Amino acid sequence: MTPVLSARRIVFWGAVALAFAAMPLIFSQSFALSMLSQMGIAIIFALSYNMLLGQTGLLSFGHAVYFGLGAFFCAHALNLIGAGKFWFPVTLVPLIGGVAGLVFGLLFGFVTTRRAGTPFAMISLGIAEMVASSALMFTAFFGGEGGIATNRAVGKAFLGISYGAQIQVYYLIAGWCLVCMMAMFALTWTPLGRMANAVRDNPERAKFVGYNTTRVRWLMMSLASFFAGIGGGLAAINYEIVTAETLGLVASGNVVLMAFIGGIGHFWGPIIGAVLVTLLQSALSNYTQAWLLYFGLFFLVIIMFSPGGIANLIALHKPAWNARLLRRLAPSYAIAAVAGAIMLFGFFALIEMIYHYEAKEMSSKAFSYFGLTLDPMQARYWIATAIVLVTGMTLIYGVRSVVGRAWENLTVELQRKGVV
Amino acid sequence: MAAPALELHDVRKSFGRTAIINGVNLSIRPGERHAIIGPNGAGKSTLFNLISGRFGVTSGRIDLHGESINGLEPEIINRMGLARSFQITNIFARMSVYENVRCAVLWSQGYKYSFWHRIDALEGVRERTGEIVDRIGMAKRRDRMAGVLTYAEQRALEIGVTIAGGANVILLDEPTAGMSRSETDEAVELIRKVTEGRTLIMVEHDMSVVFNLADRISVLVYGEVIASGTPQEIRGNKAVQEAYLGTEQH
Repeated sequence: MTPVLSARRIVFWGAVALAFAAMPLIFSQSFALSMLSQMGIAIIFALSYNMLLGQTGLLSFGHAVYFGLGAFFCAHALNLIGAGKFWFPVTLVPLIGGVAGLVFGLLFGFVTTRRAGTPFAMISLGIAEMVASSALMFTAFFGGEGGIATNRAVGKAFLGISYGAQIQVYYLIAGWCLVCMMAMFALTWTPLGRMANAVRDNPERAKFVGYNTTRVRWLMMSLASFFAGIGGGLAAINYEIVTAETLGLVASGNVVLMAFIGGIGHFWGPIIGAVLVTLLQSALSNYTQAWLLYFGLFFLVIIMFSPGGIANLIALHKPAWNARLLRRLAPSYAIAAVAGAIMLFGFFALIEMIYHYEAKEMSSKAFSYFGLTLDPMQARYWIATAIVLVTGMTLIYGVRSVVGRAWENLTVELQRKGVV
Repeated sequence: MAAPALELHDVRKSFGRTAIINGVNLSIRPGERHAIIGPNGAGKSTLFNLISGRFGVTSGRIDLHGESINGLEPEIINRMGLARSFQITNIFARMSVYENVRCAVLWSQGYKYSFWHRIDALEGVRERTGEIVDRIGMAKRRDRMAGVLTYAEQRALEIGVTIAGGANVILLDEPTAGMSRSETDEAVELIRKVTEGRTLIMVEHDMSVVFNLADRISVLVYGEVIASGTPQEIRGNKAVQEAYLGTEQH
């Protein structure tokens, strides 16, 4: 028997745990802490989604259903605990969300996983619509428009932990996030996890080696829903309110974006996506009202230029890293970064100019932009913006060949060394 | 006398109004190497698809070891001990050679849908997979991605995936199609080796392979078996010569 956890794995997960523990010490502002909490929840949700999309090849447009139902069940559980009708440690309440997710995953999955591909995607969308509209109909359980409010600090304080303070909630989320990450990673290296890949790649062959492909999909979907439910439970604890939006189509779409931006072909991809999307959504919205536009464009750029997501972009550099040749790319990347910065500077300025030109303020439409003041009512600002943007675009166009050449030379070198 | 490994009783298959298989009767003894030959469009591949559960029969009965397998799903038939290969290579292209074989080993080792066993820690699976990889001569290629193997290697892997689950009735659909002479000779040796002690039924176009490997041959023309017998008998059969061998001599 090989040990369940090799020394390398213990070191690795230990490092992740340490990083989780150290985060609030580095980013101690309250807004950073709530963003970190949000990230932990998003990581669980995105990873659970990738059990479907990346590992089993099931494109679901309704994964938030299981996240949201988990959240609602946990909110009710917290309220029952608060009313003294039921005893359960708050630390383990996310497990109730997990079980709720699992039960509904088994139930809905039984229907949806009979088909793969486009029919599966469409049925998942239908179920998402159905559950979202039920949420507004059955107000006793879902709380209607207002949702279900709850209080997380209902348990007896244990060693001073009552989950009143956000820092305690962060550590609760971090702990669950670590456990879920480990469990989902371990799952990829089990017979079911491997057969999920087989069913994704070639369902017909999977049948002829003895596997019921529907059963494999169903089990993967149920387990994915379990983890999504845990994420939902943590969301209920974190926000202390759960509304119909939690299980709505926008939330379901969001997790698709996270997975694709991060990269569905690698286990770690969705983690990158979850962190980045959370960051963009909460940070960007502080700076500009046009943030949704930037977010959409960012998604577009990733899908067009790196369909494998950011994880794939990173993986592309691995052979060079292993051969210690990564620095060969550094000069060309530095030039590209400067060119890119100029282009983006011009591009963002243009968008903001248009946005403020359209804005309602009558007195002055001038606004500050990276320390400058831009006034969309004066032609010279438009001209300057256009010049910066065009310069940046020209530079980027020229830089492409520089980066391309650096890559060519590197590839030749790697081939010479026999790395690729 | 033991039950035949595989028996077909008046099996018919129509797609719409087009009858492809017109009442096939076949009885294959355990341990026999049986070749099915016939001109293009005779229904050989359809017959394999019926036996392996890919399609359902329109009428008739198919028995595996004396038990009816009519209407069963392919995975159920596979678990009952029948495995097949495909005419067009059908493997897990994005997985390594080793992983391909392991997928085919898992069920027979009893791990089914387990998500509580760590796959690398399963000694039995590892042993059995390594053994199959060795037996198909792919030990040096075991970590190669299946999609980048040469055609002949992919065909060998296809056979490996087919036999890995330990099925005792093996269906091979044109295992040497598209191979060079020397590749074909190697494939024949491989098939002989890996089907030792099992029942083999194969569709094959290459007559040298057929006469080299088969104990018995059935000739399928327009969805009917027009002759069944030893290679000698088939060679001497007038109807067969007219319908098939005469026109398509290799």
